[in-house]
Amino acid sequence: MAEIAYREALRQTMREALIADERVILMGEDVGAYGGSYAVTKGLLDEFGPDRIIDTPISESVIVGCGIGAAMGGLRPLIELMTINFSLLAFDQIVNNAAKLSYMSGGQISVPLIIRMAGGAGSQLAAQHSQSLEGWYAHIPGIKVAVPYSPRDARGLLRTALTEQNPVIIIEHTALYARKGEVPDGDYAIPFGEAEVIRQGSDVTLIGYSGSVFQALQAADLLTESGVEAEVLNLRTLRPLDVGTIVASVRRTNRAVVVEDDWKFGGFAGEISATIMEEAFDDLDAPVARVCGADVPIPYAKELEQAALPSAQQVADAALKLM
Amino acid sequence: MSMAKARQPSPQPSRKQLLEFYESMALIRAFEERFVALVTQGKLVGTGHLCVGQEAVAAGVCGALEEDDYVTSTHRGHGHCLAKGVDPNEMMAELFGKTTGTSKGKGGSMHIADFRKGMLGANGIVGAGMPIACGAGLTAKLTKSGRVAVSFFGDGAANIGSFHEALNLASVWNLPVVFVCENNRYGEATPVEYALAADHVADRAVAYRMPGVIADGQDVVDVYAKAREAVDHARAGEGPVLLECETYRYYGHFLGDAAGYRTAEEVESFRSRDCLILLAERLRRDHEVGENQLDGIRAEMEARLDEAFAFAEASDDPALDELTTDVYVSYP
Ligand SMILES: Cc1ncc(C[n+]2csc(CCOP(=O)(O)OP(=O)(O)O)c2C)c(N)n1
Ligand SMILES: [Mg+2]
Repeated sequence: MAEIAYREALRQTMREALIADERVILMGEDVGAYGGSYAVTKGLLDEFGPDRIIDTPISESVIVGCGIGAAMGGLRPLIELMTINFSLLAFDQIVNNAAKLSYMSGGQISVPLIIRMAGGAGSQLAAQHSQSLEGWYAHIPGIKVAVPYSPRDARGLLRTALTEQNPVIIIEHTALYARKGEVPDGDYAIPFGEAEVIRQGSDVTLIGYSGSVFQALQAADLLTESGVEAEVLNLRTLRPLDVGTIVASVRRTNRAVVVEDDWKFGGFAGEISATIMEEAFDDLDAPVARVCGADVPIPYAKELEQAALPSAQQVADAALKLM
Repeated sequence: MSMAKARQPSPQPSRKQLLEFYESMALIRAFEERFVALVTQGKLVGTGHLCVGQEAVAAGVCGALEEDDYVTSTHRGHGHCLAKGVDPNEMMAELFGKTTGTSKGKGGSMHIADFRKGMLGANGIVGAGMPIACGAGLTAKLTKSGRVAVSFFGDGAANIGSFHEALNLASVWNLPVVFVCENNRYGEATPVEYALAADHVADRAVAYRMPGVIADGQDVVDVYAKAREAVDHARAGEGPVLLECETYRYYGHFLGDAAGYRTAEEVESFRSRDCLILLAERLRRDHEVGENQLDGIRAEMEARLDEAFAFAEASDDPALDELTTDVYVSYP
């Protein structure tokens, strides 16, 4: 077990896949010679050559469309789309094709395609570069959505994605790439649809994924000062969603706060909240609370941007209100 | 150039115009270098996409425009904004995220916009400006305003779908749009030869039945002459033009990018044909402008940036209740 950074966990896992299976190829803007905009694919071109590590023009739609066709043809394409913001130029291919081809073809077609992209805000890159649209992808039947928080998640979820027959979207978080953590090597994989109880507690369940797990954990620390023991869940995948772990936790704590960078209106936190209401209504001592990004495009100015994003203090305050 | 009809040859820029180009390019250079200095000194936190080296394109193209003509810009847009007349004070304040900024501090470097100056906005999404310029052109056409829309974009953006959709639409609808490619040889770290299935971006014009023209992007006079002809063509109702300017960015893709993907010789080959140097030579040779006068212009621009920095520094940060305004607008 080694202590490595999130980006390194992704890189190592991709490298192993490239060694183990020659059908695996990597495509994306500046993934080759440059080593990726977030330095996740560094060194892979040198090791595997330009037939397998393929720099693309700036053409998101055809990058994903080409990945779909290659997956149908028997390759195992790994695509990097730089950020979730630019994935919108490929949204049509993802939603209208990748997600539906197996169904529309009556199960004839399999699209084993992995699309990685970075999400999240916090670097003053303003409204077009700071979105958290995971919930949009999670909305779509036919694709699976993984949202790693830790380096361990990054490796474990990517390894599972590599065994999938179906399209998988992996949404990484720009603020997590440099964070280090212990990562088991070897055959370690994290099945989809299994959330992690990352901290145990009995008074309230704080539910986060990707970057927001960090705020939830910090909030749990803050809450101990008020004598509140928070349980923190790291969802790991949004689709499939581990309803069982969420419900079991809420049955114990009787309270829940969902934390998400994305907008509250129509967002994924609403899905979790409704699920808890449907499955554990009688166990709730208070309505489920949501702490989400402000209902605005992300602003540039530092203080405004910080005010637009959920903070640990807001999460702790929301939890205390439920007590 | 394969422009359809014969018309007046483009006038050679006068001495006065050349000095205005020099001033415009010196202002852009000073703005960008000040930005770098402020970030380096820690007075400004952030990054940006610098256009140092490409100033002649902004100055030459905008020099061919009227004040109410439209411009759409890119992530590398400071030069386009300044050349179109956006106030450096307000731009600097925007980079500082202040209320006095062009976007009240909400947009930052990649979203500078100033409608009063026809600047419809820099844009953080590669290729996004070209379709918008079609709409500006459509407005001009339907309202017979006589305006022209210019859309700046990069060599990398020539490979995105919106480029092809926009050129086709502008051509079939005969819109007054000039598509200006700033071919600086790279899209992030990817060389243009790798990504572009053509020898020149301008070669693609033929596929969309419009004139395709190449200008020396280091030579503001060449850029101006060709932009002027293209703008006149569009304004005369003869349809869109694709103008490719061959240029170079001296810094990396963004401030902080070490740009290890290119050689020192390549950088030097463009620096030796720097737009300010080339124009200075021309002014000395053809117009007997002395070095003192040019030094004076550059010093003036530095002073202009001192003022812009002081303005930005003295301005207020946005109040927190600004967070939720402007999501929707409701004008009186
Ligand atoms: C749709 C989209 N894809 C990717 C990016 C990331 N990106 C920002 S600038 C850039 C390169 C653009 O190259 P070019 O068009 O040549 O403009 P230049 O930066 O050279 O001025 C890329 C890939 C983006 N902003 N938008
Ligand atoms: Mg370029």
